[in-house]
Amino acid sequence: MTYIAKPKFHHPGLKKNELGYTHRDYEGKISTLCAGCGHDSITASIIEACYELSIEPHRVAKISGIGCSSKTPDYFLGNSHGFNSVHGRMPSVLTGANLANRDLIYLGVSGDGDSASIGFGQFAHSIRRAVNMTYIVENNGVYGLTKGQFSATADRGSKSKKGVTNTDNAIDLVAIALQLGATFVARSFSGDKTQLVPLIAAAIRHKGASFIDVISPCIAFNNHAGSTKSFDYVREHNDAVNRLDVLVGRDPISVDYAPGTVQVVEQHDGSRLALRKLDADYDPHDRLGAQTFLQKHAAKGQIVTGLLYVDPDAEDLHTHLDTVETPLNTLDEQALCPGSAVLDKINASLR
Amino acid sequence: MKPTDISAPDYFHKVVDCQWACPAHTPVPEYIRLIAEGRYSDAYMINWQSNVFPGILGRTCDRPCEPACRRGRVEDTPVAICRLKRVAADFKDDIKHRLPKPASKNGKRIALVGGGPASLTVARDLVPLGYHCTVFDGDPKAGGMMRSQIPKFRLPDNVIDEETDYVLNLGVEFKGGQRVDSLKQLLSENYDAIFVGSGAPRGRELDIPGRKEAAANIHIGIEWLANVSFGHVEKIGRRVIVLGGGNTAMDCCRTARRLGGESVKVIVRSGFEEMKASPWEKEDALHEDIPILNYMVPVAFKHVAGKLIGVTFQKVKAEYDDKGRRNLVPSGEPDETVSCDDVLVAVGQENAFPWIEADCGIEFDKWHMPKVDSKTFVSTNPKVFFGGDAAFGPKNIIWAVAHGHDAALSIHRMLSGEDINERPLPEVQISSQKMGIHEWSYDNDISADKRFKVPHRDKVIALKDIRAEVELGYDLKLALGEAQRCLNCDVQTVFSAPLCIECDACVDICPMDCITFTENGEEDDVRQRLKAPSPHHDQALYVSGDLKTGRVMVKDEDVCLHCGLCAERCPTGAWDMQKYLIDMVQAGSTCQSKARSAA
Repeated sequence: MTYIAKPKFHHPGLKKNELGYTHRDYEGKISTLCAGCGHDSITASIIEACYELSIEPHRVAKISGIGCSSKTPDYFLGNSHGFNSVHGRMPSVLTGANLANRDLIYLGVSGDGDSASIGFGQFAHSIRRAVNMTYIVENNGVYGLTKGQFSATADRGSKSKKGVTNTDNAIDLVAIALQLGATFVARSFSGDKTQLVPLIAAAIRHKGASFIDVISPCIAFNNHAGSTKSFDYVREHNDAVNRLDVLVGRDPISVDYAPGTVQVVEQHDGSRLALRKLDADYDPHDRLGAQTFLQKHAAKGQIVTGLLYVDPDAEDLHTHLDTVETPLNTLDEQALCPGSAVLDKINASLR
Repeated sequence: MKPTDISAPDYFHKVVDCQWACPAHTPVPEYIRLIAEGRYSDAYMINWQSNVFPGILGRTCDRPCEPACRRGRVEDTPVAICRLKRVAADFKDDIKHRLPKPASKNGKRIALVGGGPASLTVARDLVPLGYHCTVFDGDPKAGGMMRSQIPKFRLPDNVIDEETDYVLNLGVEFKGGQRVDSLKQLLSENYDAIFVGSGAPRGRELDIPGRKEAAANIHIGIEWLANVSFGHVEKIGRRVIVLGGGNTAMDCCRTARRLGGESVKVIVRSGFEEMKASPWEKEDALHEDIPILNYMVPVAFKHVAGKLIGVTFQKVKAEYDDKGRRNLVPSGEPDETVSCDDVLVAVGQENAFPWIEADCGIEFDKWHMPKVDSKTFVSTNPKVFFGGDAAFGPKNIIWAVAHGHDAALSIHRMLSGEDINERPLPEVQISSQKMGIHEWSYDNDISADKRFKVPHRDKVIALKDIRAEVELGYDLKLALGEAQRCLNCDVQTVFSAPLCIECDACVDICPMDCITFTENGEEDDVRQRLKAPSPHHDQALYVSGDLKTGRVMVKDEDVCLHCGLCAERCPTGAWDMQKYLIDMVQAGSTCQSKARSAA
């Protein structure tokens, strides 16, 4: 842990976004995680994505559970709303907050223990309900805070730092998310920000349940030979299906890509995703194809990364429930207490 | 780009911008840390070794270090390096026992012409090696222009006495009041070497109509300052015009204010911004109610019956040609006459060597300056060396000191039978500052304080007494605050590519976005791909060897705070904070013959 505060000085030539903020303005407190933790790179990627999207910090709610990953919201967006909830309960707190105030941007930050073990059910239900959120799992395959036991996402056959082989099958959260109907599904790697930052930005702009599984090596307990979540292993087995550029506003799509290699996806909010295909046959609109592709490559020991599935016309929980357009906290008394006549009418309809 | 060779002594030296900019290469961050620790005597001795006159320079230096200071690139103002040097001098204990002991004489005799900073530096370096040094000066006391031209309210006599005595008491033979009138005569006295440090003693004339007729009230700046300094002049007229825009002009106008000048004006040809005077000296003059009028060229002295009544000026404006060169052209406004009782002419200084005969083997160039080698300081007579203002025209004290060190080294090598053109490499030490997982032997917490102002004496009192020092110097509390602003640029970020696992932790934590992992390429291309712009091409990029992914680490040294966070967040120790000390070679340095490189 670093004892000094990160100096406030910044590079004199830093660019400012539309709001006049530099990326430094999206930082939080200094990280207390172990030196070199992959989670810190995800933190930096979230900062970069929010800076690039010119998001107003007070329009974001960052919600987490328990674990190394769930500590990270303290390290980014120091001027946003935050809720560090109970272990595995981030999805329900987030769902509740989202129902109460649909105008905020919801960032759910969780880990493999928080989402694939104690909060597995919570994770599943928030996805199947299509809560409008960006759900990020910082996945290191290990219980870092309790010194390195396998987590539920650790691959069968991988070795712990002590040399023990994992005999349990792994939960692939991406596969589950696809199966449960998430409308934006991606996987990335904390050591590859050029891939990760646009994915986070695209997920934030996506209306519906966005899920990103980020492999994030645990330097202290899961970065050794035999681990399948180490820097070296992920770099060697990374099979990226595409690269993404997020285009917001009216900027024309730059044409310096070879023809036929770029697929443009226009999302509901007008943002466009320019997908540079790395795998010519991969179609990110085919949910079933994505599932098959994922399983096939997993069997070969490859880690598929990139934007795996997106439904640009997705709907969210509020649409399904036909809720009021206004956040509950801005409804006036007249709207909230329409009077006994309305109550009588409702009661009558139920008789 | 090729991997950076950090073992080259100059590489990290350039990162310590202040030290690199200092002609004498004073280890600035090292002594500032010692001040912060309260070790004033140690801080003083580090200065004394490099620049010989810490107390004097701490008041009067031209401060080439401060514009170079990295702090000035990350906020408004640099560290007050110069005034911290004075702190070391003000608060030190008795340091006499730490000065070199007189050595047994080696039988070699050196004559030094002029008792100013250049000559005294040569003597300081050579006497402890056993040379017999004889310093000649026309004035009764040592110090040269430091004593004669710098007003006492900026540099009190006791400070000059103390620091010149440290040198003289090493065993220098000082012949005060003995001006050297003939080099030929001096050469005939069979000295083993002669060093000329006689300065630039002649003030430039301003030959315009009325100069002769009104001569009684027109004074040459540096001569007048010397006369004030030695007590020959004690007053001046009520209305005074100072012509010229350099530091001498600033000294003249402020001195005039103290000798009865109630309305003192500085009038310069150029614009206010382009004046040669240091910004802080202009500030001090303005603070003493001295207006500075610009774009006015003096054309005539007005006089009535041999009495000066004013100066007539032509109004000009600046025009720039295609090449950006400035020309002053008449603005078309009518000439203006400013009335006055006295004029001080401070329009420049010139060298004068009437005492060097043509047959002494000293060749002069077309500007009547001796031909002097800029590295060895030898003239065309292999036994005669020049330094300070006498070598390359008027500069300032710190340059004179630097020349003195180099000339002394040349003299020592020559008299030891070595080639003076071969200059030994400096000795470099670099050592890790790691004390614990996140503990360093230096204070890496960056202070956010703005530059602290040096307290000044109350203006009313200061203007009444020409010997009352205006600047009071930092007290210890202010000194500590200012010392904490130093970014410790000599504690270097050292990168080891084989240890790096490319986790990006250093990139993410760096407050200045200095670090980038990227594909290698040509420098111009790499500079485009850095995380933050790198507009200063004079600031190096530190490039690593190839990493596992085939990329390289590139660190832009430009605005690094040396906070050590990259090293704190590095899980493998690929980054380390290592203190870099460079020991500039002076005469008598221990490792003279063998060059040693960095670790």
